[in-house]
Order: sequence, then structure tokens, then C-alpha cells
Amino acid sequence: MTRLNSLLAFRFVLLVLLQVLVMNNIHFLGYLNPNLYLLFVFLYPLKEKNTTFLWVCFLLGLSIDFFSNSGGINAAATVCIAYVRLKVLKVILNRKDLDLKLFQLRSESLMSILLFVGTLTFLHHFIVFSLEYYSWKNADTILNKTWTTSIFTLFLCVLSIYLFGKKKTFNF
Amino acid sequence: MQQLVSFIEKHKFVLLFILLEVLAFLFTIQSKSYHKSQFINSANSITGGLFKNYNSFFTFTSLKSENDRLHLENTLLRNALDVKSDEVVSLQKDSTSQKYTYIAAKIIRNSYAHRNNVLTIDKGSKDGLTIDMGVVNSESIIGIVNNVSENYATALSILNEKCNINARLKNSSYFGSLGWDGKNHKIAQLYDIQRQAPLKIGDTIVSGSRSMLFPDGIEIGTVSSFEADSKKYKNIQIRLATDMSNVGHVYVVKNRDKNEIKQLEKNND
Repeated sequence: MTRLNSLLAFRFVLLVLLQVLVMNNIHFLGYLNPNLYLLFVFLYPLKEKNTTFLWVCFLLGLSIDFFSNSGGINAAATVCIAYVRLKVLKVILNRKDLDLKLFQLRSESLMSILLFVGTLTFLHHFIVFSLEYYSWKNADTILNKTWTTSIFTLFLCVLSIYLFGKKKTFNF
Repeated sequence: MQQLVSFIEKHKFVLLFILLEVLAFLFTIQSKSYHKSQFINSANSITGGLFKNYNSFFTFTSLKSENDRLHLENTLLRNALDVKSDEVVSLQKDSTSQKYTYIAAKIIRNSYAHRNNVLTIDKGSKDGLTIDMGVVNSESIIGIVNNVSENYATALSILNEKCNINARLKNSSYFGSLGWDGKNHKIAQLYDIQRQAPLKIGDTIVSGSRSMLFPDGIEIGTVSSFEADSKKYKNIQIRLATDMSNVGHVYVVKNRDKNEIKQLEKNND
């Protein structure tokens, strides 16, 4: 295993444990649990049409589902944002000479990080809560939970990107 | 053939995406049906073991309230024993006359903020648990066992749309079924109760005798509000007797006559 792969494996395990043992027990205001494990999707190295990335994200979502007894809800949502990640990033940065290998989320402006992480988080949470409630009768609950939880997740993720997404050591 | 291969090669990213999404949806749909052995659940040794270790590490934080609850239950049982002391002395000690047996267990993972909440229990088939057993604590009904592995089990919490429990008014025999609308973990709803039933705010709701999973008369909660028109009751809100965000030690109820009753009902069909 290369250094990069072992780092990614370590990050995978750490985020899953953090999610199921800490984040899922927060219950802020009685019901808010941030999904910090999405950090893995945001920080995974960029590459055009990376099938390995889709598989890894599927496994990530499924691991969370195993612990939360939620079928395949998190897997579906995580695979979906993994699929659109690069497209969203390109639209937000709107840069022609985007070098995927040297790209580093941490060195982008705060505005584009917020937009990038925010869009994907909102999409992910919307899918999760739609599948969880599974009926239009609960549309208000779905939207309410989606945006409140998204803000919580967004805040934690951006904070973690600034705290742990090191600028020079690794090329992300 | 070659065209097909080149097509797959060209679109493998999109195709894999669709495949994984379909797979995830299948798991999701499967988890929504009650009577199906589910593949994705936390009653396996990895997730169960992790939750158990984690839980044993943090047990001390709830020791005080758990002690208080046990103390209260002991007082209740002592009082009940005293009232019936003459009966108890003359009672024949014969375990076959006992209809329900209880297995002590512990909830190692609680969940109450989702639409469909599932609890993980630290006892499994090795301890005699099977699916469709009731789970209660000293105060109230907690849920129904729906998946069992060797050492662990999962139970549908009463805060789950698949968990419909037969419930009745304590003072009369009118019954309905208990459900949850997914909004507040302290409030559940009572459905399908007849209009003739005398319903008042503050009435106690207990488990009904039609349920084979629970003994008759275990408290569920009290009526906190309802609406009524000439034909039926609407929006009956039940304030649950137990705080579902804080459950620890529970009892799994085994109905010894369940198979016999099921066999009888099967013969009628």
C-alpha cells in the first residue's frame, strides 16, 4: 500500500467510528446529528471518472448503514454525491486550467469551499431524509431536517477542513 | 459483442453509478419490510461488539437514574407481593403455569431521532431470543425484536412506523393500535379506536390482550390531546410513559403459548 492509500484507509475507519460512536449520539436540540463522515468524500483525491472512488463511497455509506440499521439510505446518498462531486467543483471554480493532481481544497477561497461542501451536503441530506421518510406527507419534516442538519454538517466539515486539511504535506 | 464491450468500457463510470444506486435502493426497500431477514442490520458480531464495548465504557453515566428506576420497580414488586402474600404461599410452584417468561437484556444502542428507529440489544439466539418477542422495561413497552444473531439482536422501537402494537384503554376494553408519526419522540399516536369508547384527556393506555407479544395491561402512556367528530376520533396523541431517549436495562418477553395460538389460528385459515 502506498502512503496515500494507507492514509485514506485510516481516514475511512476513523470517520466511520467517529460518526457511529460520537456524531450519531449528539442529538443537538433533540434530533440533530451531523454527518461528519462526508469529509471523506470532500477530501478524496480528484480524478476523472474514478470508479474506485464510487466503490469506496458505496462501502463508506454502507458501513454507516450497518451501524444505524438504515438499509441502504446512506450508501445511496453517498454514491450520488460522489458521482456529482467533480462536476459541482468544476461549476463552482469555473476554471479552465484546473489541475486535478495538484488540487487542494484547503487552498481555495472560503466562499468556494462553502459552496462546494454546502451543495453536496444539502444534496446528500435531502436524499437521506427523503428515503427515510419516504412519503410526500412528510415534505415539511424532510426539508426542515435537511437544512438544519446540513448547516450543522457544513459547519463541522469546513471547520475540520481548515483544522486538518494540511496545506503542504499531502497533495489534496 | 465488441461494440457492447466498448460501450461498457466507455460508459463504465455511469453504469457503475447506476448499479450501486440500484443496489442501495434494494437494501433500503428491503429494510422497509418487516418480515424479511435483513442483510443490513447491527445485530452482527462486528457492529454489536463495537456498540457493546462502547456502551460498557459509558455505562457509569446512567448508573444513578438506572438505580433509581430499579429501586422504584423493586418497591412496586414488593408492594404487589405483600398484597398477594397469601396467594403466593399457597401457590403451586409449577413453571408450566407461567405464561410469560422474561429475559434480562440491555440496550447497547438507542435511536430515537430517525423516522424508523431500531434498537440494538446485547442478547441473542444463544440466550433464547427469537424474532417477534416483545421488549419492555419497568415502566412501559419499548419495542419488538426483529432480527437475531448469535449474541445480539435488534428490535423495532415503538418509534417506528412498522411497529404497530395493540393498545387499549385501561378502564375499558376498547382497543386501537399504537403508531408513531415521526415527529416527537415523547408523543405517539393511537389509531382505529371506536367512537363509542369513552375517551378523556389523561386516560391511561395499556397494552391490549390481542397482542401476543406483550402481557395484557403494561402501561404505554396517557392521552394528552385528541379531536372528535360525530363519526370517529382523530389525532389521539399519547404521551409515552417512558423516556425513549434514555432506555438501558430491558426485559425481553417470551410468550410460551405463542406457537400454540399461532397453530390454532393457522388451522382456521
